[in-house]
Amino acid sequence: MGQEVTHAVLQQNYMKLQFPSLSANEALARMAVSAFVMQLDPTMEQLTEIKTAVSEAVTNAIIHGYDGGEGEVRMYCAIDGGMVDIVIEDDGAGIEDIEEARQPMFTSRPELERSGMGITIMENFMDEVVIDSTPGQGTKVRMRKVISRTSECQ
Amino acid sequence: MQTSVVNGVLVVHLEGELDHHAVETIRNDIEDQLAKNHCRGLVLSFRGIDFMDSSGLGLILGRYRSVTGRNGKMALCAVSPPLRRIFELSGILKVVSMHETEESAVRAVKEA
Ligand SMILES: Nc1ncnc2c1ncn2[C@@H]1O[C@H](COP(=O)(O)OP(=O)(O)OP(=O)(O)O)[C@@H](O)[C@H]1O
Ligand SMILES: [Mg+2]
Repeated sequence: MGQEVTHAVLQQNYMKLQFPSLSANEALARMAVSAFVMQLDPTMEQLTEIKTAVSEAVTNAIIHGYDGGEGEVRMYCAIDGGMVDIVIEDDGAGIEDIEEARQPMFTSRPELERSGMGITIMENFMDEVVIDSTPGQGTKVRMRKVISRTSECQ
Repeated sequence: MQTSVVNGVLVVHLEGELDHHAVETIRNDIEDQLAKNHCRGLVLSFRGIDFMDSSGLGLILGRYRSVTGRNGKMALCAVSPPLRRIFELSGILKVVSMHETEESAVRAVKEA
């Protein structure tokens, strides 16, 4: 009985974090997501991949969404079975051409020493990445990663 | 960030987390040290780095441009497996060489 309850908690859980568009909060977002996914007992490699993908999406919201200025960044994380879903959202500039933005080495801000690899890294480190964006309204990046397959097999 | 000059090559020991928040200061510090020590060669050591995202790639490419712009060379060393994956993914190793040790990185920059 007690075990079932514990299991139910692990099966479904979520957290939300909202913070102003400040570069100091990039580390906060990484720490929060690592603490949250710990309950799925990820490997060090998986944890690094998730932290890196989150760092990329949050940095994009701050640099590109809000152009280094004011705004709010929101992060939602949910666990469903052995899987984690992460959404990073901003109400900033938005992306005109998402296909172009996804190309490795495409950056709209080379003068800021950006390499254009952020989205490529997210796509390589997570199992699924979906970007929704409306110019002038904002961007929403949804990412999914399977951490443990055990719960799916039960 | 600790720096030293070895055989006329500036060696930078990066520390902590290499993200967008951290790179701005690091970039300025490296450029200052390059100018101050009149170094043309640069070695970046990643031994003290616990985390890096694409901001680190931008930092490397930016320094690569400024160093090669002055006819210098640059190399990387002490790269952990997670960082290596990001380097391999980005293709950055086609322009900047990666070495196990600081000594061999300095030698590579020196000999070029
Ligand atoms: N949240 C966002 N709001 C507006 N534009 C965005 C957002 N995220 C990404 N973009 C656009 O997509 C492009 C590609 O993003 P990506 O993260 O791959 O590269 P980058 O941020 O330019 O460089 P890097 O991530 O390597 O530092 C950006 O240059 C920008 O034009
Ligand atoms: Mg980016």
